[in-house]
Amino acid sequence: MKNSLRALQRRTVAGAAAISATALMLTACGAAPTSTGSASASASDYTACMVSDSGGFDDKSFNQSTYEGLKKASTELGIQEKHVQSKADTDYGPNLRSMVQANCKLTVTVGFLLGDATKEIATANPKSHFAIVDYIDPKFPDNVKPIVYDTAQAAFLAGYLAAAESKTGKVATFGGLNIPTVTIFMDGFADGVKYYNQKKSKSVQVLGWDKDKKDGTFVGDFKQVDKGKVLTQGFLDQGADVILPVAGPVGGGAAAAIKEANAKGATDKLIWVDSDGYLTAPEYKDVIMTSVQKTMTDAVETVIKQDKDGKFSKTPYVGTLANGGVALAPFHDFDSKIDAGTKSELDQLKKDIISGAVKVQSPSSPQQQ
Amino acid sequence: MPENLNTEPAAEQTAADTATDTALATADGRIPPSPVPVASQGGDLGHDGGGSLLRQIFTGNSLVAFLSVVLAIVLGGVLIAVTDEKVGAAATYFFARPSDTLSAIWTAASGAYVALFQGSIFNPNAQTFEGMIYPITETLTVATPLICAGLGVALAFRAGLFNIGAQGQIIIGATFAGWVGFTWHPPVGLHLALVIVGGLLGGAVWGGVVGLLKARTGAHEVIVTIMLNYIAQFLLLFLLTTPAFQRPGNTNPISPLLDQSALYPLVMGEQFRLHWGFLVAVAATVFVWWLLNRSTVGFEFRAVGANPSAARTAGINVSKGYILVMAIAGALAGLAGVAQVAGTEKVLSGGVAATFGFDAITVALLGRSSPWGTFWAGLLFGAFRAGGTAMQADTGTPIDIVLVVQSLIVLFIAAPPLVRAVFGLNPRKKKTKKAAVAAAEGAGAA
Repeated sequence: MKNSLRALQRRTVAGAAAISATALMLTACGAAPTSTGSASASASDYTACMVSDSGGFDDKSFNQSTYEGLKKASTELGIQEKHVQSKADTDYGPNLRSMVQANCKLTVTVGFLLGDATKEIATANPKSHFAIVDYIDPKFPDNVKPIVYDTAQAAFLAGYLAAAESKTGKVATFGGLNIPTVTIFMDGFADGVKYYNQKKSKSVQVLGWDKDKKDGTFVGDFKQVDKGKVLTQGFLDQGADVILPVAGPVGGGAAAAIKEANAKGATDKLIWVDSDGYLTAPEYKDVIMTSVQKTMTDAVETVIKQDKDGKFSKTPYVGTLANGGVALAPFHDFDSKIDAGTKSELDQLKKDIISGAVKVQSPSSPQQQ
Repeated sequence: MPENLNTEPAAEQTAADTATDTALATADGRIPPSPVPVASQGGDLGHDGGGSLLRQIFTGNSLVAFLSVVLAIVLGGVLIAVTDEKVGAAATYFFARPSDTLSAIWTAASGAYVALFQGSIFNPNAQTFEGMIYPITETLTVATPLICAGLGVALAFRAGLFNIGAQGQIIIGATFAGWVGFTWHPPVGLHLALVIVGGLLGGAVWGGVVGLLKARTGAHEVIVTIMLNYIAQFLLLFLLTTPAFQRPGNTNPISPLLDQSALYPLVMGEQFRLHWGFLVAVAATVFVWWLLNRSTVGFEFRAVGANPSAARTAGINVSKGYILVMAIAGALAGLAGVAQVAGTEKVLSGGVAATFGFDAITVALLGRSSPWGTFWAGLLFGAFRAGGTAMQADTGTPIDIVLVVQSLIVLFIAAPPLVRAVFGLNPRKKKTKKAAVAAAEGAGAA
C-alpha cells in the first residue's frame, strides 16, 4: 500500500515536472531579437539614489512613497536610478557610502533612523547631495535637504470632519509608535475635534490620544495588523464611530474591524493616512471616508528635478496645506453623504489655516529654520 | 583524562577503543566479563536523545562545513541568474539562440559574486590604496559582533546548552554599555573601560538568568532564551521612549551619541570604520580557546556538556556549571553589543543588535562550536554582509540573496548526508542500498 502510494506520488511529481518542462520549452521558443547591441536612447548620466530604512521599499509608508518618487523621476526625467534596501539599522552607513561610491549625485534617505548616518556621510562627502524625508536636524551640513511635512494641518481638517460626521459623539485614533511623525497626525486630529467643539458648542470626545500628556494608544510597531483590528474593535465597543489609525499597513486591521461592524448594521468610518486610501487600499474603499495625505512622491520628484537642473538648496521643503504637500483627500464614495455645510466649513477652515487665522500647533511640527 | 570527554559522536569510536575498554573492565581476562557489553555500559543514560543529534550537527565534520558553503554559493548563483531580468528576457528565445541565455546567466551570477568579492575583500577599481583595502576592513568591522556573539553560542553549546538568546544578550549588553557611554562622563580611558564592563555585565546578567533558571527549576534554555529575546527587545523599545534615553528636546526613539571618550579607538585612522573592538574579539577568541582547552572550569563545562549525569557522579557541580557558562556566554554576546554601540553605531536605537544574535547561531554552527572555527565563520559571514551591500548597489541583486546563501549553508550543515551525496562522498550509501534490498528480499521470502 505504502509502496503504491509512493509510486503514485512519484508519478504525479514526474507528470508535473514534464508539464512544467513543456511549458518552459514553449515559452523558450520565441524568436531571437534581430538587432544586437543597439543602445537605448541616450539617457542622462545624472544618477539619483535612495537608501531605505529597515522597513524596506514595500512598507506602504514613506519608504514606498519615496521610492515611487524616485522611479517617477527616473522615467520622466530620463535619469539613472539606484536603490539599496537596508536590512538592519547597522546597514545605513555602509549603504550610504556605497551610494556615494556609485557616483550618485543626489541620495534620498528616509526617517530619523538614517539621520545620523546621512549627516556623517554628507559631511564627509561635501560634493554629493542628500535629501532626507521626515527628519530635520539643525546640524545638517549644506548638502542635505530635509523634506518634512506639517501633517498636523491636514489632520486638523480630518479631526473637524470626523467630529462633524460622528453620530455617537466619540471619535478615536491610535498610532504605530509614539514618535513625532506619528503623533503629529494625532495632535492635529485632536485639535481639529476641539476646534469643532468650540465652534459648535459640542463635546465630541477623542479616544486614544491625549495631546497634553503626549500619550495614547499605540500598536508598538507598524506590522501587527491583527492588533490594529483588536484596538479598533475596542474603540468601536466604547462607542467611537470614526477611526484614524496612524500606523501604516496596520490601518488595514482597523478597516477590517469597521467592515465587520458595518456588516452588522453600524455606520462606522475610517480615515486613512499618508496616501489616498481609496486608491492605494481599494479593498477598504467602502469604509474610507477620506485620507490625510502626505504627497511624498511628488516632493521627492521635485527635489530630484531641482538638483538635476542645478538648483539644489539646503532649505527644507516643508509640506503644508498651502503648497499642497499635505492635504485632505477627496471623499470619493462618501461625497454624497457629507453635508454641504460641513464641506464649505472645511474649505473655509483650510483657507484660515493657510492664512494663519487658525493656528495649528503640534510639538512634533517641523521647526522652521 | 579529557580525551575521553571529547564531544565526538559515540558512533565514531573505533573497535580498538571498545577492545581496550573490555580489556580494562575484565582486567585482561582475570575477571569474568560482564553480561552487558562494555560498549553499551558507556554512560549515556538517554538524557538527551534530541541533544545528541544537535551535537552531531554542531560539532560535525569540517569538510562538510566547507562543502556546504561551496554548495550554498553555487545555488545562490543559480538563484541570482534565475531572478535576473536579462536572463529572463534571453530565455524567451532560448532555442533560437541559447548562447544569449547562457552568457546572460554567467554575467548575472559572476557579476554579483565579483561585486560581493569587491565589497568584502579587495576592490581593484578604487582610485586610492585606501579605497582598495577598505572592503577588507569593512569585513573585519562587521565580523566583530558576529565573532563575539558566535563565541557565546559556541561556548554554551559545549556545555550542552542551546543558547538562542544571543540576540537578547547583545541588546541588554548594548543598552548597559550605551547608557554608560552617553550618561556618565568620566575621564578618557576609564570611560571606555566602564562601557566595556557595562556591556559584559548586561550580557552576563541576561545570560546568567537562563543558567539559573535551568539549574534551579530545570526550565529549558531554548524556551527561556527565546522569551528573553522578546523581553530584551521590548525593554529596549520602552526605554527609548523615556527621556533618560532620548536626545534632549527630541522625542524620537534614538539615544544621544555616545561620548567620544566612550568609543573604541579606530585602528587604521578616520577613513576606516575598523575599531579596537575587533582586537577585543580576537582576544575573546583566545580566551574561549584557553577556557575550554586549558582551564579546569572549561573542562567541567565540557564534561557537563558531554554527559551531565556522569559529570555529577564525578563530583562536578552541574548547576554551577550551567549558571557560569551562560553568564560567560552572555558576557561574550554583551561584547558584541559593546562593539555595536561603542564601535560602529555610536548610538542606541531599537535595531542596534540588527540580527547578529541569530546570525551568531549560524556562525557557531559553521564554526562547529570551536573558538577558532567560530572566528573564521564570523569572518566569512562578515564578508557576506559587507559584500552584500556592494552587490546590491553595483548590480542591483537583492540583498536577500545573501540571506538565502547564509540560510542554505545552515540547511546543508544540518544535513551532512545530503552534502556528501552531492559530492559523492557517501561511503555508506551503497551498503545501505544493498542492505535494504537484502532486507526487502528477506521480507518477501517470509
